[in-house]
Amino acid sequence: MKCIIIDDEASSRAIVKKLCSTLPDLEVVQEFENAIEAIKFLNRQEVDVIFLDLHMPGFSGIDFLQTLKNPPKVVITTSDPDFAIASYEYEMIIDYLVKPITPKRFEKCVQKINSSSSIPPKQNKGTGSENALGEDLYINIDRRLIKLKYKEILLIEAKGDYINVKTETSEFLVHTTLKKINSKLPAALFLQIHRSYIINFSKIIDIEDNSVLIEKNVIPISRSNRPELMRRLNLL
Amino acid sequence: MEIPNMNYIDELSGDDLGFKANFVKILKDEFPIEKLEYIDNIDNNRTDAASQNVHKLKHKMNILGLEESYKIAVIFEEELRLGNERLKDDFMKIINTIENYLKTI
Repeated sequence: MKCIIIDDEASSRAIVKKLCSTLPDLEVVQEFENAIEAIKFLNRQEVDVIFLDLHMPGFSGIDFLQTLKNPPKVVITTSDPDFAIASYEYEMIIDYLVKPITPKRFEKCVQKINSSSSIPPKQNKGTGSENALGEDLYINIDRRLIKLKYKEILLIEAKGDYINVKTETSEFLVHTTLKKINSKLPAALFLQIHRSYIINFSKIIDIEDNSVLIEKNVIPISRSNRPELMRRLNLL
Repeated sequence: MEIPNMNYIDELSGDDLGFKANFVKILKDEFPIEKLEYIDNIDNNRTDAASQNVHKLKHKMNILGLEESYKIAVIFEEELRLGNERLKDDFMKIINTIENYLKTI
């Protein structure tokens, strides 16, 4: 199996490379100290496995995962066990190695890689909520993954290259698009009512002409989204 | 204060003395750079940047078997993100210990 290593620390890359060299099935074809260089490489060459550090300055491992169209198998290498649950949201992630990685644990990881089936190509999932599993969503803020419960989200507003996620207690500015987050949200709970707004349907206080009131926020309803909003209301 | 050790590096290296020498060299090269960056960020009140330095430095603690120091680093990294330098002196003692140890190997 051809693999690459992405980690900003030389010592960490050396450890993974050494561990790979002890097993006959793995060939490290390249190592990268940043994810951008790895993306360029992957545009030219296919690999079977990526050993990926999550915690890198600038472009994090999670950012990197989101760029992969037809991802190979990915093994996360990090010192933060807290990221483990979030990382399993990504179907290409086969295993999660917490540093310092021991030879025994690494061997087990390679067994997992060998026994896992290959990742099916991504399907176009539309704007529905097929991705929305469980009750939470993780957002990436300054290299930290913060868990938000769907039921706590009030609304999401597009702000240029960012979205502003408003919850009952705070707000989070996330570098992503409204379209992207919409595909992660459960359709039964959320609805886009304007090109710049997605609302939590259960948080509506009232609807007046062309706007919706959610807590103290007055959200415009666009003409094109109004029929869907009206269809979903349980009108007397 | 804990004493750094080579247990993990020895386990990783096995009989491969070439790897061991090369790995120790990487540690000796990386550590001073990370330490200087950390001190610069702390001295200039860039606590968020300093927390990223602590994140990297704590890997060295892991590698050198400093389990208790690693726990302090985990807390310090989190606190720095919130602008709290409470554990600055404790952390400095740890990295000085590592620096001294790296001179002996």
